[in-house]
Amino acid sequence: MKVWALHLALIIALAVALAVLPPYPATTLARILVLAVFAMGYNLAFGYTGLLSLGHALFLAAGVFAAGLSAQFWGLSAGPALLLGVAAGGLVAAAVGLLALRTAGVSFMIVTLMFAQAGYLTVLYFGTITGGDEGFNLPAASRTVFGFDLSTDTPRFVAALVLFAVGLLASLALVRSSFGRSMVAMRENEERSRMLGINPFAVKLAALVLSGLYAGAAGAAYALLFGYAGANFATIQYSILPMLYVLLGGAGTTIGPFLGALLMFGLIEVTSRMARLWPVLEGMDYFLIGAALVVLVLFAPRGILGTLRERGLKWLP
Amino acid sequence: MTKGLLHPTRRGLLMAGGAGLLSAALPGYVAAQGAPIKIGFQLHRTGIGAAYGRWYERTAQAALKAINDAGGIAGRPVEILFEDDATDPKRGSEVVDKLTQSDGCDLVMGTLFSHVVMGSAPRAGELKVPYLVCSEGYHVASGMLNRWTLQPGITDVRSQIASMAPWVSANLGKKVTMIFPDFAFGYDHRDFFTAAMAAQGGEVIAQIAIPPTETSFTKYFAQIPAETEVLYHVMVGPAVLTFVKELGEFYGSGAKPQMFGFIDSLEAVDTATPGLEFLEGTHFWEAHNRVKPADAGEHEAAYRAAVGVDDNGASVSDAADIATYSHMFSTWETLFAIKAGMEASGYAGIADRQKFVEAMEAMTDLPYGIERPQGAKVFNGKTHQVFGTQNISQVQGGKLVRVHQTSMADGAYEDAVDYTTMSF
Repeated sequence: MKVWALHLALIIALAVALAVLPPYPATTLARILVLAVFAMGYNLAFGYTGLLSLGHALFLAAGVFAAGLSAQFWGLSAGPALLLGVAAGGLVAAAVGLLALRTAGVSFMIVTLMFAQAGYLTVLYFGTITGGDEGFNLPAASRTVFGFDLSTDTPRFVAALVLFAVGLLASLALVRSSFGRSMVAMRENEERSRMLGINPFAVKLAALVLSGLYAGAAGAAYALLFGYAGANFATIQYSILPMLYVLLGGAGTTIGPFLGALLMFGLIEVTSRMARLWPVLEGMDYFLIGAALVVLVLFAPRGILGTLRERGLKWLP
Repeated sequence: MTKGLLHPTRRGLLMAGGAGLLSAALPGYVAAQGAPIKIGFQLHRTGIGAAYGRWYERTAQAALKAINDAGGIAGRPVEILFEDDATDPKRGSEVVDKLTQSDGCDLVMGTLFSHVVMGSAPRAGELKVPYLVCSEGYHVASGMLNRWTLQPGITDVRSQIASMAPWVSANLGKKVTMIFPDFAFGYDHRDFFTAAMAAQGGEVIAQIAIPPTETSFTKYFAQIPAETEVLYHVMVGPAVLTFVKELGEFYGSGAKPQMFGFIDSLEAVDTATPGLEFLEGTHFWEAHNRVKPADAGEHEAAYRAAVGVDDNGASVSDAADIATYSHMFSTWETLFAIKAGMEASGYAGIADRQKFVEAMEAMTDLPYGIERPQGAKVFNGKTHQVFGTQNISQVQGGKLVRVHQTSMADGAYEDAVDYTTMSF
């Protein structure tokens, strides 16, 4: 009960924040919520199942381009385009998982990285359709859902919050289910779980597909809410980002991905403001963020919520 | 009954009250008139565009000083807020957001890399903030963007490329092999130069696209057909120097085709760098000549002094720090275009943003002057794109020497869009 109340309270707090914050922080929060969905998906694979992937940019980009291209060429509106993006993320994750899950550990990282790189180059190769590295702007007509214009503040905030809330509650339900415990069993001791009658390949594949569904949803939503689809979403940077969010917030915690995304955005904001005050820091934003992350890994290797769970809040899911 | 300070009349009270109100309101009015105009600058301070970003910032600072020294814009001082976009489209969109909504900038400018423009323009359109890019991409004039996005400071790549074909076909050869990066910027070169050469009776006999992640290039050079008369090359990114050096190693001291490149392959790189000797005698496109031509315009010296660049195109404080001279003038000229647009529209604050865009759309002839040191230009209000002359330089004694200047007609093409018919 306490767990569900915490999650509902977070959603309500975010709704209030979106309603009362000035436009810039509110828009930034909407961006954070969408990227937190991506990180939640990553967390299902990495945080709970122990699958350290370097290829999640591919699943994100699948969502970006499924939604973007269907809006561009078929004139789909935001609702169907989003569903297509979710499906694309899941399908690509299934295809990658069927092959990549024959490996484990460092090999899995390398294979997923190579798949993502192949995906990035594929986007460039079909540049006449995908817009290549430049990408393309989504048509305004496609950025509507139930008659609401997603390029305006309130519908965009509501859409981002609904997506986040569904993702968060589904993630909570999942990790508290028996399947969720099977995922954790993969992370903790795959051989032992096999002896208990769990099929590791099936569980890991299902977890990766679920993770892909989240990434696809986030990619599609980001494209639809902010009007741009481009190859940069398929670059390795977007495989690293969700990992950083998860590590910072706490791997294997349901709220950790959101907290990590929030803190990363906050760090970028603070360092860029500092650079304006002290020009010597210009261009050092990402260096400072890197330094902050190194400190975190040294002193709180389980991330913020992971550390809190370790030090008393054992009920945190 | 005497009427004095202690016994004021009703009229006197009203006048005194009115004067008090006026004096209370006046400082605010004066302050609004004198408040600085805030220009947000989306800067590639880090990421793949950092070499350009450094010089874009310096040039913008120099233009800012020149404008403020001359009285600002409509008598108001101007300030620029620089914000790093990491040369990333997602971050670019966030930066437009921040500069507009958090910092209260009157408009946003400065973006070079096309993908950052594409990622940011939708947000500028949503916020209804003028977005003036310095990118040379064909994305503005092609109609892909929106009414709030303009490019008044640099000719687009389609026009630049097309204007090269007449001279190349007449002076270097008719059979061309093209080497270009395998992404949108390279495709612009591939498509527009191929068509322009065909119009001149020439032919592109091979198109060699190099993936953007490539770090070794020799294997691609083996694909150059033996009958190639002109090798057309353009490359961008961190590996440009490796690309050009390996091209030299490939040909060695043996016979080689005529070479024509876009200076993008060597922006911020010294042409006298060891290993680049083979470039002697080859030709390059330049928008703005890095080495000051003997017949440079009267404002060239003042512009170079203002941006801190010597006659060889290097920083006056460090001869090894080569400027991105063929692109950076765009920030200077864009700032002066902003000044002209704001003054023409009677811009007083963010409520006048639409009037500013309409005033920009009404611009046509932009004569040569200190405001436009690269040369005279014509702004097309329908396509939101400016057009100017281009230069072809030859490497002579390790330096780029201008040998030809195009006419504006060489780079002309049909309008693909009329932004003035779109809603704001």
